[in-house]
Amino acid sequence: MTAGGWITMILSVGFVTVLFGWCIVRVLTHKPEHLHGIEDIDTRDHED
Amino acid sequence: MAVAGSAVGLGNFLRFPGLAAQYGSGSFMIAYFISLLILGIPVCWAEWTLGRHAGQRGFHSSPGIFYALIRHPVGKYIGVIGVIVPVMIYMYYVFIEAWCLGYAWFSLTGKLSLGHEVARYGDFWEKFVGWNQDGLGGSSVIFFLFLVFGLNFLVIYRGLARGIEVFCKWGMPTLILLAIVVLARVLTLGTPDPTRPDQNVLNGLGFMWNPVKADGTGMLAQLANPQLWLAAAGQVFFSLSVGFGVIITYASYLTDRDDVVLSGLTASSANEFCEVGLGGMITVPAAFMFLGAAGVIGQGTFGLGFKVLPLVFANMPLPWLFGFLWFFLLFLAAVTSSLSMLQPGIAFLEEGLGLKRKQSVALLGLLTALGCLFVVYFSKNLKALDTIDFWVGTLLLFVLATILIIIFGWGMGVERGWQEAHKGAALRIPNFFKFIVKYVCPVYLLAIFGFWVRFNVFAANPDTGRLEPAGYVKDLVGAHANPVAQLSVALILVCVVFFCILTAAAGWRWDRAAEQEKERAS
Repeated sequence: MTAGGWITMILSVGFVTVLFGWCIVRVLTHKPEHLHGIEDIDTRDHED
Repeated sequence: MAVAGSAVGLGNFLRFPGLAAQYGSGSFMIAYFISLLILGIPVCWAEWTLGRHAGQRGFHSSPGIFYALIRHPVGKYIGVIGVIVPVMIYMYYVFIEAWCLGYAWFSLTGKLSLGHEVARYGDFWEKFVGWNQDGLGGSSVIFFLFLVFGLNFLVIYRGLARGIEVFCKWGMPTLILLAIVVLARVLTLGTPDPTRPDQNVLNGLGFMWNPVKADGTGMLAQLANPQLWLAAAGQVFFSLSVGFGVIITYASYLTDRDDVVLSGLTASSANEFCEVGLGGMITVPAAFMFLGAAGVIGQGTFGLGFKVLPLVFANMPLPWLFGFLWFFLLFLAAVTSSLSMLQPGIAFLEEGLGLKRKQSVALLGLLTALGCLFVVYFSKNLKALDTIDFWVGTLLLFVLATILIIIFGWGMGVERGWQEAHKGAALRIPNFFKFIVKYVCPVYLLAIFGFWVRFNVFAANPDTGRLEPAGYVKDLVGAHANPVAQLSVALILVCVVFFCILTAAAGWRWDRAAEQEKERAS
């Protein structure tokens, strides 16, 4: 593991972890009622 | 929980490590992160916004959405890409789902307890997936494929997807927790084989993250390969489901009160955490420790995790339990993804041809079953899977993402696009992204594509100096053409023609409906 490898790893893993944590905090603190993941959207075609 | 849970899939734990290993890891990661920041996240926001915008004009299928966005008859044919991509990716994705289910079963029943010899796990996987020869016989994978394929269509036919989602809301965080446990084990493996002291955890991490390869190939030399950039951008799109036709279809059912900015960013960040923070830290370093540098390369995009992770579990207490939980939860993650891949096709058949949902599901089931049989039959070296994964799962995603960002930045206009994106938004997108969306994204995408055409379609042969195809193009033309690769591309073309014919019929229906509406209004 070279110094370049350590830098790449710390920056990459650190960035995605901080971003994910920040998003979770935003979601939990603001509690927006209309947040959606792809699969929980109602496609409104289940009636037939 | 739902937003984060929906982000996890096979792309994170299987496809990403395979590509990182194939393209030299550290340098691939640099291209990957640049692609994520200036392509993946902005295009994701653009796709959510455009989908919702077109949905409010009454369209919920990709051809209809592009017809509404471009406001020209050719738009609906561009939208065909948004149907082709998920339908064709489904054809091989469901095959890999069957591997996950099979491995969960083998873990539970002890068949995967093969000791600590690396080669035995490789042989087991090759036999299971039919790596050594084409054909349908001789492996239990067909049985698992039948189960998985049937389950997918039963769930979607009966409208049971909601039940699966509720289960996955808790299953996916469990998978993430399990991945953290597995990561801890990988990082404490030390030197699994004392006779090979070089194959240790630090060198494994180095193989994954060092920008300079062990053979001395420099970072710039690796980054000069356009196919690496194409693969990195393609992987970002694949795992974020951007340019897939899935987000744009689902977003078309949202209203102005729904948030698309924080939803898109949260799903993307959860996905990246799983992919880079967990998938990248587990599979490639573990593969290096057990297989060595030479063994990691050439394992195929999706195969690495199946050969290596059972060995990691074999070095843990209760290997059968960890193996079962890992592959079963991965299977569940894959099911939610594959179910979402079917919706663009179903929405198109319903909206374009006026079919009922169950009729659409049945027609799509037949089509994907034929495609899936093709992929499973031509299993030698997983050539059909790999070829479709590149031309559809990488290149077409790339093309659709390019079209989306041009429509958002230039067709709709970045200012209007910003207004649309921020309707109901719980988060403001920083203004510098306007410049990225309007100028950087299209130039970056078109430049990568241009360089890829120049250096892979028309590469200079170092011996003769003549222009010859390279990479995946080499499989299709010239002296080294591969018949299975050619057949796979022919299958893609057949699907394109088939959906274009259906789209022409859909366009006729839409135009007639619009005329009738105009007559009624006058």
